[in-house]
This record gives sequence, structure tokens and C-alpha cells, in this order.
Amino acid sequence: MSRPEYNQISSVFQTPNHKAFIAFLTAGDPTPDCTVQYIAEIARAGADLIEIGIPFSDPIAEGVVIQDASMRALQRGMTTDGAFEIVRRVREQGGDHAGIPLAFMTYANPVFHYGCDRFFAGCEELGVGAVIVPDLPYEEKQEMEGAAKAHHVALVSMIAPTSRERIQMIAREAEGFIYVVSSLGVTGVRSEIGTDLKSMVESIRQVTDVPCAIGFGISTPGQARQMAQLSDGAIVGSAIVKIIARDGEQAGPAIHAYVKEMKEAVARA
Amino acid sequence: MSKGRYGIHGGQYVPETLMHELNHLEECYEFYRNDPEFQQELRRLLHEYAGRPSLLYYAEKMTRDLGGARIYLKREDLNHTGSHKINNVLGQALLAKKMGKTRIIAETGAGQHGVATATAAALLDMECEIYMGEEDTVRQALNVYRMELLGARVHPVTSGTRTLKDAVNACMREWTNRVDDTLYVLGSVMGPHPFPMMVRDFQSVISREARRQILEREGKLPAAVVACVGGGSNSMGMFYNFIADKDVELIGCEAAGKGVDTALTAATIATGSPGIFHGMKSYFCQDEYGQIAPVYSISAGLDYPGIGPEHAHLHDTGRARYVPVTDDEAVDAFAYLARMEGIICAVESAHAVAYVRKTAGNYSPDQSIIICLSGRGDKDVAAIARYRGVDLHE
Repeated sequence: MSRPEYNQISSVFQTPNHKAFIAFLTAGDPTPDCTVQYIAEIARAGADLIEIGIPFSDPIAEGVVIQDASMRALQRGMTTDGAFEIVRRVREQGGDHAGIPLAFMTYANPVFHYGCDRFFAGCEELGVGAVIVPDLPYEEKQEMEGAAKAHHVALVSMIAPTSRERIQMIAREAEGFIYVVSSLGVTGVRSEIGTDLKSMVESIRQVTDVPCAIGFGISTPGQARQMAQLSDGAIVGSAIVKIIARDGEQAGPAIHAYVKEMKEAVARA
Repeated sequence: MSKGRYGIHGGQYVPETLMHELNHLEECYEFYRNDPEFQQELRRLLHEYAGRPSLLYYAEKMTRDLGGARIYLKREDLNHTGSHKINNVLGQALLAKKMGKTRIIAETGAGQHGVATATAAALLDMECEIYMGEEDTVRQALNVYRMELLGARVHPVTSGTRTLKDAVNACMREWTNRVDDTLYVLGSVMGPHPFPMMVRDFQSVISREARRQILEREGKLPAAVVACVGGGSNSMGMFYNFIADKDVELIGCEAAGKGVDTALTAATIATGSPGIFHGMKSYFCQDEYGQIAPVYSISAGLDYPGIGPEHAHLHDTGRARYVPVTDDEAVDAFAYLARMEGIICAVESAHAVAYVRKTAGNYSPDQSIIICLSGRGDKDVAAIARYRGVDLHE
């Protein structure tokens, strides 16, 4: 079977000097219809890759903003199947942006419980090119690596400010892109990012060409531009989820304006 | 397969931010567990401060009343701070101190582990912050004040179900936020490696003593040892040195709440399924999509949706047996032990007493059973009164 055109994470980073803007939102927050609509909106505003969070009851890597979004989505009945259905609708509704590169972000248990092979087969079918599982560190990745590889889905590695001597070990085996965690702690907006990201990225560069995108705490165009200068892209989650929390089912215009501004900032990096 | 496995269970399913520290913790623990000076210091604290060894008490009236095996109670309720929790906390706090940490954080449900941690922090002169579900801070207001008296800061956790599992989440998040000067003193044989191993080692003092004590008293090993299981720290401590004694039955009593056929239960082995949560692979109460289920038990200490990975393995291999005990049975046993032996035990421990009440008659008088009386029941008196419809003015 030939690979569907949209199933390409590498396309996000392949243009030389192109910096990626990666946006996150939680599936089913506030409704599945909204998520489908907001994904199109984010794509139209210029995002290069969209991470869709499959909500988990106990997201230990998330700050309050995404915790609350997860609870809202679960209370409204969002499930793993529901998240796949959202992607199916994005792919099927056509339009210029139906092929936008997509990734899932969720926790080990929803994937494990769904069945790793079944989960990654679903990703392959719908062109979800990467999966980020924050509670699956290097030492445990064999739990899902086989299924991910068999279905040509990148299981994204994360590297944190505390990774130190672990950086190159992780980077050597990374696929898709490397998620560089900007700060200690959980996801959420930060006024300042003090980590020496430059040397982290340099250390990664010594052992792999896999692109690096920086996430955690980025909310302003200035931060996004700075992070994109240090790496291949910036990941923004909580700031977008906050807009959705504020505007609910009417968040489209504000999301569009925000993503457009952030994308332009990243492009100038 | 990664480190810290018990059959298929265990492992280290945590964010990358914590991995360096977990590896460092494991190295330090491996060093100090073999360091005679550390072990001597810990033994001194357990003896002079916590009051060990704890008594193995022959419950003569209970034995006569039940008409079967000779019943012994391992009196962890007599330890300083009133439960087995102090065994683990002194070990971890001392380790934290040796590692150069200046601050310890911990989760707590009913407050037993929080009080023990705050106590050790006061003793060893460390900063201490306790995370407790908001609902539990209301139910156990006295323990909140107790921790504050001991110098700890108590943070009510308002996320999720506002109970024990959310307190663990909050602790893990806080640890990723500030890892260099802080040790997360986990309260049970759960979480990522090395915690299940480390907490088990520190709690295994229970069965090390009990095995020696029963041999002195009875001249032979018991037919069974019985303990309540939430995360499973007192039971793992009670089981550990008997695991190699194949003829000794190991029985863990889970909190069935209103019953294992209802949604109001915390019996993980009876109603759960394999999963990955709180850093470990084990059994968890969860829905068809792997969302962690809200659980219920009258006992806040057993009100946890998972079980430690070594227990999961003992269950898989059949070496230990896990049985559900309901609120009703536990409350009856709580009152029974008070009247029969003059001991008000923790409602957690009453789950084990309840099971032995039902089964002691199946054994012969030349056999013995040890119940781990994991804690004292002062904290539960008001809740038991409410449960039995008595209106107390505290």
C-alpha cells in the first residue's frame, strides 16, 4: 500500500530554514464539532503541524489549563475512538487543509488499554504521523515502539532540562521530531524560560539530524520566535487551550488570529 | 525490559524530566542500603524514636471466640505516629538527608503518611510540603492541623476527584517542578522504580520481626499472614519475609466498599485490569478506554485505584491471594476488636480483622494466623460513628 500523502511528519521540517509552528488542542474541548472546526482554523492560520490531545483522567505532565481541558472533554464523553473520529472528519471534510500533518498527544494508559497495535494502526489509517506519550520515557519505549514502527508512525522522544547525560542516548534513537521540553515542571504559560536550550539543542545536533521543536511555557510571539531561532520549531498548547476555555464554541476567530500572529513570529526566526 | 520489574509489572513510566533523578535515587539507595552506618542509624531511629520492634500480641479472647487458629496481632498501631507508615518515612527521609536534599514532599489520603512524613521532617530538620485531596482535608481536618503543628505546609489538591490519586498527581507534578533539592517520599509500594522496591525494603522490618517473634512463641511458622491492601505497603512489609516460606498463606484484604458488584469499590484485583499509571504497570480500576475510575472505600487509606506492582505479580503467580472486604464487614470488625481485645484499630486494618473473623474457624488450634494491625483507629472514630448513625459533637 502506498503511503497517503498526509502521513508525513518529515514534510513539516523539510524545507531548509523553514521553522515550524506546532499547535496543540484537546480533542472534544468543548465539543468534537468544535475540535474539527478549530483544527481547520489552525491549519488555515498557517500552523505546520497540529497535536491533538486525547484526554486522560490523570495527566501528570500537564498544568492546570490542559488538566481542565481534559476534564471538560471527558465529562462531555470524549474517548479514544472519539478522537479518531475527529481526525476522520478532518480528513474527509476535504478543503485545502484536510491533509495537514497531525500528531496525537496522550498518556501511556489510554494507548495501552486501547491496544498498542490497534492504536497505531488507527493512526496509520488516518495519517496521524506522530504520537507523543509524555509518561513513556526512553527506558519504557519498547512498550509501543514495535507497534509504532510497524505502522510507520513516529513515537516522539522528549528531552528535558534534567536529561543531561541522557540527551544523546535519547536523540540517537529519536524519530519524527524531538520534543525539547523548555522548562522544569508541567505544561503551562511561563513569563520566562531560563533553561540553556542552546546547548541542549547543540548536544542533540551532534548525534542526529532529526528536527527539534521546543515546547512547554511558550505563549508570546517573542518567545515563539526565540525558541524557533534555537531550534526547528515552537510548540504551543496551553495558550491556545486558554482561548478555547475563554471563548468556548466561539473561539474560531481568536484562535485564527493568535495562530497567525505566532506563525508569523516563528517565520521571522 | 526496563528496571524494577515484578513479572510484567512495575517499570518507570514517568516524564523524562524525572528520569535522571530516579536513576540518581536508585544509585544512592543501592549505596546506602549496603552502608552499615546508614543501616545502623536507621535501626537506631526505628528503635529509639519509632518504638520498634512492635509487639506480636496473642489475641487470646479473639482466638477463643472464633474457635480455630491462634490469632496474633502485629501491633504496627503502637508505632510512633500510630501506623506502619513511619517505617518507610524514616528510611526515605534519612536517605534524602544523606543525598543532600533539604526538602521532602509527600501525598496523603487520610493523613497517616502525611503526619509520618511531617514528623520525620521535623526530626531531621527538613522542609516539608504535603499534598492532600481537598475533600480529604475537610474529612481529616484534625490531621491537617497535626501536620501544620509539625511544621509542614499542607496543600489542598483541587484537581480531578480531589482525593488520594489526585494528591499523587500533584506530588509528581511538583517534583518535576523542583527536583534538585527535593525528594518525593512516596507512601506506598507503588510508583516508578525504585519506589516499590525501596518502600518494600523499609517496610519489610514488619515481617522480619514477626517471623522471628512467631517462631519464638509458636515454634513454627504461621498458617497465614493477613493484611489490608490499598497501594499495599503494610501488606508487602508483612508478606515479604514469608514469601519464601511456601506453606505460609499470604492474604491481602482489598477494600470492596459497598461491594465489588457496585461502582462504589476500591478492590483493584477483584475489579481492575492491567494498566499503566502513576509510573508503574500494574492492575488499576479503570474504564474501557483506560480512564482511571473514581474509587470508594470508607477507609481513606485504601481508597486508591491501583495496587503496587509486586502485589500484582504475587497475584499473577498465585503466591498471594487477594480478597475483597466490604465497608460493613470492616466497620463490624472495627467494633468487634474494640470490644473483644480492647484495641481500636484503623478502619484499614479492620479489613484484615474482618477476613480473619470469617475464616479463622477453618484452621485448627495448632495453627496460627498473624494479622498486621497497620494502624490505630483514633482518626476513624468520628467516621465510624457517622457510619453507624451516631451523632457526635466533636
